[in-house]
Amino acid sequence: MNNILAIAHKELKGYFSTAIGYIVIGMFALLYGWFFYVMLVIFNQQSLQLGGEGGADINQQLIRPLFLNASVILLFVLPLITMRTYSEEKRSGTIELLLTSPLTDVQIILGKFLGAMTLYAAMLAITLIHMVVLFSYTNPRPEWTVSAIGYLGLLLMGGCFISVGLLISSLTKNQIVSGMITFAVFLLLWVINWPASFAGPTTQNVLNYLSITDHFDDFTKGIIDTKHLVYYFSVMAFGLFLTARSVDTERWKG
Amino acid sequence: MIEVQHLTKRYGPVTAVDDVSFTVERGEILGFLGPNGAGKTTTMRVLTGYMPPTGGKAIVAGYDVFEQPIEAKRRTGYLPETPPLYPDMTVREYLTFVSKIKGVARADRKARVDEMMRKTHISDMANRHCGKLSKGYRQRVGLAQALMHNPEVLILDEPTAGLDPKQIIETRQLIRGLAGDHTIILSTHILPEVSQTCQRVVIINHGKVVAVDTPEKLTSRLRGSETMYLQVDADGADAASVLQRVSGVTRVGVSETRGTAIGFEVDSEAGRDVRRELAAAVVSRGWGLLEMRPMRMSLEEIFLHVTTEEAPATAAAAEEVVQ
Repeated sequence: MNNILAIAHKELKGYFSTAIGYIVIGMFALLYGWFFYVMLVIFNQQSLQLGGEGGADINQQLIRPLFLNASVILLFVLPLITMRTYSEEKRSGTIELLLTSPLTDVQIILGKFLGAMTLYAAMLAITLIHMVVLFSYTNPRPEWTVSAIGYLGLLLMGGCFISVGLLISSLTKNQIVSGMITFAVFLLLWVINWPASFAGPTTQNVLNYLSITDHFDDFTKGIIDTKHLVYYFSVMAFGLFLTARSVDTERWKG
Repeated sequence: MIEVQHLTKRYGPVTAVDDVSFTVERGEILGFLGPNGAGKTTTMRVLTGYMPPTGGKAIVAGYDVFEQPIEAKRRTGYLPETPPLYPDMTVREYLTFVSKIKGVARADRKARVDEMMRKTHISDMANRHCGKLSKGYRQRVGLAQALMHNPEVLILDEPTAGLDPKQIIETRQLIRGLAGDHTIILSTHILPEVSQTCQRVVIINHGKVVAVDTPEKLTSRLRGSETMYLQVDADGADAASVLQRVSGVTRVGVSETRGTAIGFEVDSEAGRDVRRELAAAVVSRGWGLLEMRPMRMSLEEIFLHVTTEEAPATAAAAEEVVQ
């Protein structure tokens, strides 16, 4: 455990000693803030038009679309977090230090995962400011459980993206290649179920199941479905497992 | 302390290390000598557990590096060819990180980091970013890293590469000072380094061990004979045939002529000291014995000898190394 934390700490420090950590958090805060503002304005207009109480549901019409938009921003931002994790170590040779230290591959991978997850959580923490504002000025208050579940969903979905990103980063020495492929894969995982509505029933189910973002939808409604939990945890575990295999294969190839 | 048995490593169709076996005793410094691409780095990477061998095994400090990698790595310090530094960390941050992952106890970390910086003379660079260090300092930070957990076995891949002469001398002294407590393998293609630092040499070429011995024994053994240089003033007489008749002498060659004084290279059977007989033969005839000294093959010659013997094609590579 100490080893995992040591690696995670190093990763986190690495994000902030280069500009990446600040850029990622800043960019995300900016985009999220913009979406928040735009949606708030739209929501205000809608509630005025509908008029009176019970007309507009803040959970359904403001918070939910906000979460869905956040998930799209993640597609762009998370590759920046994961692209260097392994690629940079391989390029600069520091991977030799890690692999010849008394650490297991799993400890290294979990440490890197934890480091990226912590940065990601910090990124999400900033959006809590918007939530605080929203909760203090609205009447009636939105239901906090729905938002909490939404955040849980964001964390889990981000975890899946990060584990896939780690895997891709472990496959190449080049950060740019790693970032680009990660971005393409994320995008594909997002849009993969778009043709689902025209497809046959079986294909439809398969496509919907594959889409990482599709599983997020229920969370934004405030629903925790074990099916989605199982999906997210298995994707994360599988991504990390494949990363371990990839690092090990690299060893054999030298 | 280190036992390498029939180690083989293939990268696809290329065999980088081919059935290499050797052992290193506790407290010994072993020099690992060979031209570029001979398989030195690959062997070291297997020994440090960085990569598994294709065949054979390696036992470091009593642990098989492949079967019990964590135990073996706990006892091994490794300085790769390029020091594995994180450019965005300061020297102190870097060494502190290293102390954590090498398992130095939390309470000892600070003291240990300070001690290592003192030992490798990098204390004044403690707050400098690793990426901004000169080559010599990087190498020393790398060395501090390898020593961090006080390992029983040290594996150093070209530890003096890129250092200036003063730093090279300091580093060699440091390494010699470490022997005894630590068992050291160091690779190099700088030959004097081996004779100055190492107690034993393994010469490797094309992935195969071509010679293992002490630098001194290697010198005489490879010749298969002892050679003396003799300068004789025989006043024009046929000194060569006289010397040839001395018992134990196998060959007499003329190396130079200075007026009446002639320089001879006299080979004798290995392990036989013919100096007295030679001197007697010269003096009894009333000639002047101007000089007599043993000739040693320099390591350069040995190196060229053993690395070119097998395949003449490597002569060019070996020559490059000698430079």
